[in-house]
Amino acid sequence: MSKFKKNKSGEQPAISTASLPDIVFMLLFFFMVTTVMREQDLLVKVSPPEATEAEKIDRKDLVSYIYIGSPIEKLKATYGSAPRIQLNDQFATKEQIAEYVEVERQKINEAERPLITFSLKVDKDCEMGVVTDVKQELRKAQALKINYSSRKTDKIK
Amino acid sequence: MARRGLPEINAGSMADIAFLLLIFFLVTTTMDVDKGLLRKLPPPVDEPQNEDIKIKQRNILEILINANDQLLVESDYIQVTQLREKAKEFIVNPRDREDMPEKEAKDIPGVGNVMVSKQVVSLQNDRGTSYGMYIKVQNELIAAYNEVRDEESKKRFGKVFKDLNEDQQKIIKEIYPQRISEAEPKNIGTK
Repeated sequence: MSKFKKNKSGEQPAISTASLPDIVFMLLFFFMVTTVMREQDLLVKVSPPEATEAEKIDRKDLVSYIYIGSPIEKLKATYGSAPRIQLNDQFATKEQIAEYVEVERQKINEAERPLITFSLKVDKDCEMGVVTDVKQELRKAQALKINYSSRKTDKIK
Repeated sequence: MARRGLPEINAGSMADIAFLLLIFFLVTTTMDVDKGLLRKLPPPVDEPQNEDIKIKQRNILEILINANDQLLVESDYIQVTQLREKAKEFIVNPRDREDMPEKEAKDIPGVGNVMVSKQVVSLQNDRGTSYGMYIKVQNELIAAYNEVRDEESKKRFGKVFKDLNEDQQKIIKEIYPQRISEAEPKNIGTK
């Protein structure tokens, strides 16, 4: 009379997979919460500079992006490697910025329009010339709140 | 018949469905949170001003960056790593030196008369300066201001700046206002 029955066949018992859905759901919820859908395809290569004082932008819905950098490898043959501005999902000239600012402003409800922030995602190897031009255009368009997008680090090399 | 409950739904395929969704989110996910240095641009001026606003030389910390990413602060050639200390000393002017910003008594509601420095940091870069360098300098300047504010906050309220309440933060901001002025860039060394 043994209390513990011996597995007579000697086979390994199958591992219960009943908790598998739970684990998967846990992962699923994690990714669902952290996910940010990519809004547009990047046509320019942007590797942001590093900064220790970078702050989080708290109102994401009030942020519009301007990308500046040299075109990605695939497009170098057609567009060359000089730094370019990307608005929405196409290349733009600096003259188009004023229009872009206006369009982005219209998307936000009137009360919050002064809070609109333009985040400049600029490649760290890019020259300041283009960035300055963009900044001047933003000034002219009365879009004065800007953000230099950068990666947060603890120490600057 | 009436006593028979509902048959249990087979949940065996639940995992498959969850996996499907999981893989979808795994693929679409981009984990970047947008962080950066928040700055405010000066409003546009219609005509170039002929009258220069006169600021005494001692109140200005002049920072120049050339196209080779070299840094000149008050006619000294320095490294970026030295900039923070230099800027902090300039903002606070702890020993009331003659060549550092003058201070003026200002009545701030809540704390009374405080000596507020008339400091302005002036930054000028070249069109050929790399963006990475520009951000490094901006970062050091903001860091200098943040550290100065933290020190002042600790002295007055015993907490760091970001833990203060809104009114207290306002007081500290009045004592050490962030004044980084950017001059129109030069175009000498564009590559």
